[in-house]
Amino acid sequence: MNIQPFLFYAFALILLCAALLVVISRNPVHAALWLVLSFFSAAAVWLLLQAEFLAIALVLVYVGAVMVLFLFVVMMLDVNFAKMRERFRSYIPVGATVGILVVVEMALVLIGGYLSPAAVQNPAPSPPNFSNTRMLGLQIYTDYAYPFEIAAVILLVAIIAAIALTHRTRRESKYQNPADQVKVRSRDRLRVLQMPSEKKGQ
Amino acid sequence: MAIPFNLTPALPEMTLLVSACVVLIVDLFVPESRRQISYWLTQLGLLATAWFSLYVFHETPVHTFGGTFIADALADLLKFFSCITVILTLLYSRVYLAARGLFRGETFVLMMFSLLGMMVMISAGHFLTLYLGLELMSLSLYAMVALQRDSDVAVEASMKYFVLGALASGLLLYGMSMVYGATGSLDIDRVAVSVFTGNANRTILVFGLVFVVSAIAFKLAAVPYHMWVPDVYEGAPTAVTLFIGSAPELAAFAFAIRLLVGSLAAMWVDWQGMLIVLALLSMIVGNVVAIAQSNVKRMLAYSTIANMGYMLMGFLTANVNGYSAAMFYTLTYVLTTLVGFGIVLLLSRRGFEADQLDDFKGLNQRSPWYALMMLLVMFSLAGIPPTVGFYAKFAVIEAAIDVGLVWLAVIAVLTSLIGAFYYLRIVKLMYFDEAQDQTPLEARFDTRVLLSLNGLALLLFGVFPQQLMGMCVVALTRSY
Repeated sequence: MNIQPFLFYAFALILLCAALLVVISRNPVHAALWLVLSFFSAAAVWLLLQAEFLAIALVLVYVGAVMVLFLFVVMMLDVNFAKMRERFRSYIPVGATVGILVVVEMALVLIGGYLSPAAVQNPAPSPPNFSNTRMLGLQIYTDYAYPFEIAAVILLVAIIAAIALTHRTRRESKYQNPADQVKVRSRDRLRVLQMPSEKKGQ
Repeated sequence: MAIPFNLTPALPEMTLLVSACVVLIVDLFVPESRRQISYWLTQLGLLATAWFSLYVFHETPVHTFGGTFIADALADLLKFFSCITVILTLLYSRVYLAARGLFRGETFVLMMFSLLGMMVMISAGHFLTLYLGLELMSLSLYAMVALQRDSDVAVEASMKYFVLGALASGLLLYGMSMVYGATGSLDIDRVAVSVFTGNANRTILVFGLVFVVSAIAFKLAAVPYHMWVPDVYEGAPTAVTLFIGSAPELAAFAFAIRLLVGSLAAMWVDWQGMLIVLALLSMIVGNVVAIAQSNVKRMLAYSTIANMGYMLMGFLTANVNGYSAAMFYTLTYVLTTLVGFGIVLLLSRRGFEADQLDDFKGLNQRSPWYALMMLLVMFSLAGIPPTVGFYAKFAVIEAAIDVGLVWLAVIAVLTSLIGAFYYLRIVKLMYFDEAQDQTPLEARFDTRVLLSLNGLALLLFGVFPQQLMGMCVVALTRSY
């Protein structure tokens, strides 16, 4: 018996459970850790599809960098999540109804025919010495150069937006401008008052 | 399929990207008192982009960048109009922005990047480009709504927009992945061929189509995906509201054309039904709920929803006549919105937002000319001749009747009668009520001239719609 379908279903199940727990766990740190698990399972599914570079990149970038940063932010922020959830409960009936309806409808469509293995062909196995990374690099810098550049612009916009939304010039800052200090003249700082002289002892 | 790596068709995009980067750098070295320099540089960049959009005009569709980029007559025209729209938006909102500390380089740069996203969407030849353009446009918009970060309403609007926008992007990606699963390609032309020849699994295609149409409906603000529109329109600074309500509508039209006509045209029977529901609900909900609004920005938001319903009515006929009517409707609607929000901006001043209906009371006594302009806007939105709104509505209704959807046309006429009530209420407030606020209206010379020209254009295109309509027909027939 082939072990691949078994592995796929196992990882897919873990992925779904972890994703669900991201949404419903009460503690944001737990949610972030569940998200790490779901990224791991997704990477494993990609490995099964022979996309080893993407799988490794997902683990390195998302698990290694993004989620660690995210955990830091969650721990640093003192947000009262219980208070934010106060009115959350009242939306559960509507949300659950719509959600279950959508899932049932999707299941009804998808179970008929699409899930049978005959409907989708497996990709042809890659020849020996086939480098996924090399192919990806070739594609990105030739056929997909344009989307690649737009993705770069999107990152630029993210930087600009983050700075524009968070940067404040602080009024109370003690910042000194050396040029202004050098250019200062005595009459800007010093005011000589003329007063009538006073006699001693009066 | 070897497609030559030709940069010329993307000249407008490159001009815009370069000028956005130039403004970004120059703005760093410009002192606060000389912010005008960044502003004029932005306008120059936008004008150059508009000029290049027409300069590269394509008689026949041209593909480049491995098929991820399409340049055709439709794309060139829509890019040109988007640029002009953004130029006018910036011009009208200059004083408003300056009074609220938003006259900053970041505002200009975000507007330019947002426009770049729209242009990428307009000439997308690949689902990936379409999605990236959408994200580029939306990300800049989310940030622009929140730029006034000390205002709770603005931040709340931005959060709402961001969360719902992310949901819509998720729906779009899911739909696209289904289409990919069925056809084996993300290239719009190849998807079209695969769908047309019937090689693709039809069930999955329809399944993906549902999600794609949902995403389009979200971007077009069609009911039931309209929840974000009133809150974002009300919460955002009016200048940003004007931006969101104008050029992105053109991009959303292009988005719908590329997805539904470009790649899934062979499935028109399926999407026609979905669009009928969207159009019907938008026309009814938009017009009825708008009556209850006392805030002009919210009222115009519901008016957008209703108008997108009429636009969809032209679109869903699935023939070139209908598409042209829909394009004409979108173009003229954007033109009308520009004047409408331009006057709301004009009435606002430092520390005062003219966003209540009562602020329009007695506008005729304060400034007969701008009252007349607002009258033209309201008549045009209500579809009263001889303004352009009448012809636009006439064209979409005619297109619907041509394909036998008489009942839909009847409902469109009835809902537009309901809509006339709240448009004419503003006219009544302006002409028959006493002014509460006697502050004279002040505007810069260039704003006054262009706002007046823009207002008179509503009349001009209403009397002579043939040129603009002919342009839409030519653009669409040459592209599809």
